[in-house]
Amino acid sequence: MNPRMTRRLTRPLLYLMLIFMALFFLMPVYLLLITGLKSFAEVDLQRMWALPKGIHFDNFILAFEKLSPHLWNSMRMVIPAAIISSVVGSLNGYVFSKWKFKYSDVIFTFLLFGMFIPYQAILIPLVIFMEKLGLRGSISGLVLVHVIYGIAITTLIFRNYYAGVPTEVLEAGRIDGAGFVGLYRHVVFPLSIPAFVVVLIWQFTQAYNDFLFAVVLTGNRTWPVTVALNNLAGSQIVQWNVQMAGALLTALPTLLIYIFLGRYFLRGLMAGALKG
Amino acid sequence: MTATPVPARAAAPRPRRYVNRDQVLAILVVMPSIVATAIFVYGFIGWTLRVSLSNWTGLMPDYSFAGLRQYLELARDARFAIDVRNTAVFTTIFLTSCLALGLFLAILLDQKLKGENFFRSVFLFPMAISFIVTGVVWRWLMNPATGTRITGINLLFQQLGLGALISRWHLTDPPWGIAFVAVPAVWQMAGFTMALYLGGLRAISEDLREAARVDGASEFQMYRYVIMPLLNPVTLSAVIILGHISLKIFDLIVAISQNNIALDVPGVYMWRATFDANNYGRGAAIGIIMLLTIAVLIVPYLVYSMRSEEQQ
Repeated sequence: MNPRMTRRLTRPLLYLMLIFMALFFLMPVYLLLITGLKSFAEVDLQRMWALPKGIHFDNFILAFEKLSPHLWNSMRMVIPAAIISSVVGSLNGYVFSKWKFKYSDVIFTFLLFGMFIPYQAILIPLVIFMEKLGLRGSISGLVLVHVIYGIAITTLIFRNYYAGVPTEVLEAGRIDGAGFVGLYRHVVFPLSIPAFVVVLIWQFTQAYNDFLFAVVLTGNRTWPVTVALNNLAGSQIVQWNVQMAGALLTALPTLLIYIFLGRYFLRGLMAGALKG
Repeated sequence: MTATPVPARAAAPRPRRYVNRDQVLAILVVMPSIVATAIFVYGFIGWTLRVSLSNWTGLMPDYSFAGLRQYLELARDARFAIDVRNTAVFTTIFLTSCLALGLFLAILLDQKLKGENFFRSVFLFPMAISFIVTGVVWRWLMNPATGTRITGINLLFQQLGLGALISRWHLTDPPWGIAFVAVPAVWQMAGFTMALYLGGLRAISEDLREAARVDGASEFQMYRYVIMPLLNPVTLSAVIILGHISLKIFDLIVAISQNNIALDVPGVYMWRATFDANNYGRGAAIGIIMLLTIAVLIVPYLVYSMRSEEQQ
């Protein structure tokens, strides 16, 4: 069989396999969507895979009532955490790539290690420490924690990004009399927008999807949405269809980011993965 | 005569002093991060280690030295034995499935098909979602109920006439229950593995493939003998990343299994021992064991990648 023949034969087979795999990956999404759109009366286990008769938002509304305060908590936590993380990472990255000092590479490696530790190994002191600071149970405490444990990855992403900025550009600015601050403000920062987008998205997603820190550091009223959803699902009173709608609501913010800013999302993912 | 060297000498130190001031600024800028890492990462690890070597087993802090008591108790602890076995099964299934499925999807997408972007996005989107959401959804999809309460994928199998495939999922006898819990984890991370492999495949030049084809290699042989060996570094990265996710898996298990001890893992046991049972010493010991297990994976990799960066 010549290569062209095999090509013609295998092409439909390739598509078939891809479509089958896509169905597997989309199956939960299908279930979430159709469940959310069913009327409350229409929901029952035996028809869980059937399409809804008409469009209703009953389940979404019920789930939203239960989760909206916690969605709001998540936003109040995640937005400042992402912004502060980016600023810290940008300044650190600037120093570790353009203002190296004695042992700076060693210190950089020392910072990186924080990226890989299982948080169970620091959880007990963290809880005691935050309690002493009076930050346990507060949203600002959670912001602080995400900023601190984000230092490694945000510094890494910015350092790698700035490594691509040629030193000549900085030298030119230096001849014009700019120093540490001036070079950052007028040369480095204006070039940083793509790296900022990557780090903002990465830290937003990380903090939003977190469960471990949230569950030990917040209380009933300050729970982010992940903890609230888990408790919603753990209770016997709440019906499965409301849980499904709640799961979709919880997933929505990061899904929207993925859909609209997927390129940057992926770049953050790869930065966290390939180097380190 | 003496006038000329004076300005030159005066001018020479000035830029130097300037750089020095900037150098101090640079160190000041990174100082908070260094201090925070020193306390929150290294200091806290030391503190946890101290707790793990203490007699602190109740609500009141007790730092009295107990040697390896907590570790020895864990070694005899039936629940921790389940955790170790579950971690081993989960990691094996999760790693091999992610690598195999990820590579398979990457090769499929590397065939210059139409709709590549669409399929890639579909395989990758679970990455954006919290493990808690994944757990809540898959707990329903893999609901083990039977009879009139049958639901989820089992119901789908029944309706499609594939009754033979109906499974009791994570209620299956140990250790296979935990293997089914790996399914949603694979669903979430296979796309990421695919993205890693696809990056690797795209970095391999077309000339190399052509050369293999000209030499008479079939497509399969080309992948097996030319492409696969070149993808080894990607596989290594993937093993490191997936491995360390697997060893510290926590939220997915909490969301799927709720309180089922048969599906317990160290991450969950640490949380329960510390914050439900107030057995701080035991919780700390589990935390330290998790850290050491992951260090075995990460440290050689960090050293290796630092060395190769220096060589560049």
